[in-house]
Amino acid sequence: MFESTLQFILAGLTSGAIYALVGLGFTIIYNASHVINFAQGEFIVIGGMSTVALTAAGLPLPLAIVLATVVTMVVGMALARFAIQPAKDADVVALIIITIGASIFLRGIVQLVFGKDIHSLPPFSGETPLNLMGATLMPQSLWVMGISAGLILVMAWFFNATLAGKAMLATAYNSLAARLMGVDTKWVLLSAFALSAFLGAVGGIVVTPITFVSYESGIMLGLKGFSAAVLGGLGNGIGAVAGGLILGVVEAMSAGYISSAYKDAIAFVIILVVLVARPNGLFGKKGIDRV
Amino acid sequence: MKAFAQRHRGLLILAACIALLPLGVQNDYHYDVLINAGLNAIVVVGLNLLIGYAGQISLGHAAFFGLGAYASAILTTTYGWHSLAAMGAGMAGVGVLAYVVARPILRLKGHYLAMATLGIGVIISIVLNTEAQVTGGPDGMSAEPFSVFGFAFQSEKSWYWLVGGCLLASVWLATNLINSPIGRALRALHGAEVGARVVGIDTTHYKVLIFVISAVFASFAGSLFAHHTPTVTPSILGFIKSVEFVVMAVFGGMASVLGSVVGAFIMTLLPNVLASIEDFEPIILGAIMMGTMIFMPKGLVPTIAKKLRRKEAP
Repeated sequence: MFESTLQFILAGLTSGAIYALVGLGFTIIYNASHVINFAQGEFIVIGGMSTVALTAAGLPLPLAIVLATVVTMVVGMALARFAIQPAKDADVVALIIITIGASIFLRGIVQLVFGKDIHSLPPFSGETPLNLMGATLMPQSLWVMGISAGLILVMAWFFNATLAGKAMLATAYNSLAARLMGVDTKWVLLSAFALSAFLGAVGGIVVTPITFVSYESGIMLGLKGFSAAVLGGLGNGIGAVAGGLILGVVEAMSAGYISSAYKDAIAFVIILVVLVARPNGLFGKKGIDRV
Repeated sequence: MKAFAQRHRGLLILAACIALLPLGVQNDYHYDVLINAGLNAIVVVGLNLLIGYAGQISLGHAAFFGLGAYASAILTTTYGWHSLAAMGAGMAGVGVLAYVVARPILRLKGHYLAMATLGIGVIISIVLNTEAQVTGGPDGMSAEPFSVFGFAFQSEKSWYWLVGGCLLASVWLATNLINSPIGRALRALHGAEVGARVVGIDTTHYKVLIFVISAVFASFAGSLFAHHTPTVTPSILGFIKSVEFVVMAVFGGMASVLGSVVGAFIMTLLPNVLASIEDFEPIILGAIMMGTMIFMPKGLVPTIAKKLRRKEAP
């Protein structure tokens, strides 16, 4: 009983770590621009797919990873520059359509460049399972959890201790005041997209050996990341990370104990219950309406 | 008569289009595309009441469309119901379901509401996908032919006129609704929710009401779809389909009944037109979606209407 529970928790934390990274990506862009970027899942796919293609072309894995991350970040910045910036004053629904359009567009390009096949990467450090108090753990899961935890810490440091990070937070809080204080908010938008593309790409690369990657795999991961961000309270970075981990563990538990066909449904039921009880997410601030 | 013509100018234009379109139709495939466009248009006209007039978003409307379709398919085949009775039961069931979920979730705003409606859509689609002994699972199931008073709709041509008539009726209903006290309350709610509450409008009541109405529109179109399509599969009620409906509404023009119809037609026809360059289809589709929203954030029909009006009165 204890072993299987631990097993499910470990599986849940592994996928939860990825949801947390994607959720954090949503949060960073939301804070910089109040845009929900539905193309977030495509960053994961572009990161994973480019790494697969570059290693297949003969590049060593570390170099392929760096290049793939750079490619994804360039795509992210291009998205901000050519699709989001020109529509800055559009309302929420129009912005949602733009990012959904962007995700369809990027998915089309991925399909055209890399094809429709499902790809994978070899695990970074072998396939010998580790034994942890009776539960087994694949070394790749450790990579996923470790790299996610590292990135989350780096993000926390970036937003709390560097000038650039503080400028981004200031823009999130009050864009006009930030501009008056000399913050270049256009730069903030570009860097927000670059950062969240970076998170998506790295998440996509480390998880590819476990979940594989295809041109379509971004849809569900994107939705889960969005759910994580909303569950924690939009705009709250720590909330997104907690939301992602909770979502991952809930899913793994319901797949293990209730029904694997219904694991996604159960995750969404829990999100609905949370939202009905707390309309601004678990850690969100209460909204105030203006007349 | 003149007042009717003025008030229902859009309806008359649409009726003329529906009457004239068959002149350009060469084969059953063309009819099939137009029928699907018409069915999508019915959903979008209803959905646009919610998005364009009440200012609420739903990323789960395909679920209501799918529930209507499955209600018709299951009740007419497994239980041998009459197709009209099955359609009615589907609409009633979807109405009740929409009412039950609307009360708690319409308290949510913006992205949280998008998340909640999306979640409901995903849950319904997973349930229908998994309960294979009732729904046929991923393979889907088919419905008995649609018949009214002994006349069974079989040919594509008869379906075209049926769907055309239903679309006109839906547009007429929606236009009347918009010009009623309900419509005015909705616009007040969209403009300033707190303001509307202050002047005594029960905003929750109206939001729930319009959510239920738009869900019933979707269920109605879904029932027709089930009878027309060879097989009803879970792909018709997934997240992607919900997004397509929203895109049609926004692309055609928010708060524009005629815009909904135009949006539904263009977005249904487009993939068929682009089918010859299949590999590029999603790229072009995505580019069109981004381009329209960047250059015409109000949508196609309102932007063009504004340009025309400016030309008329310089």
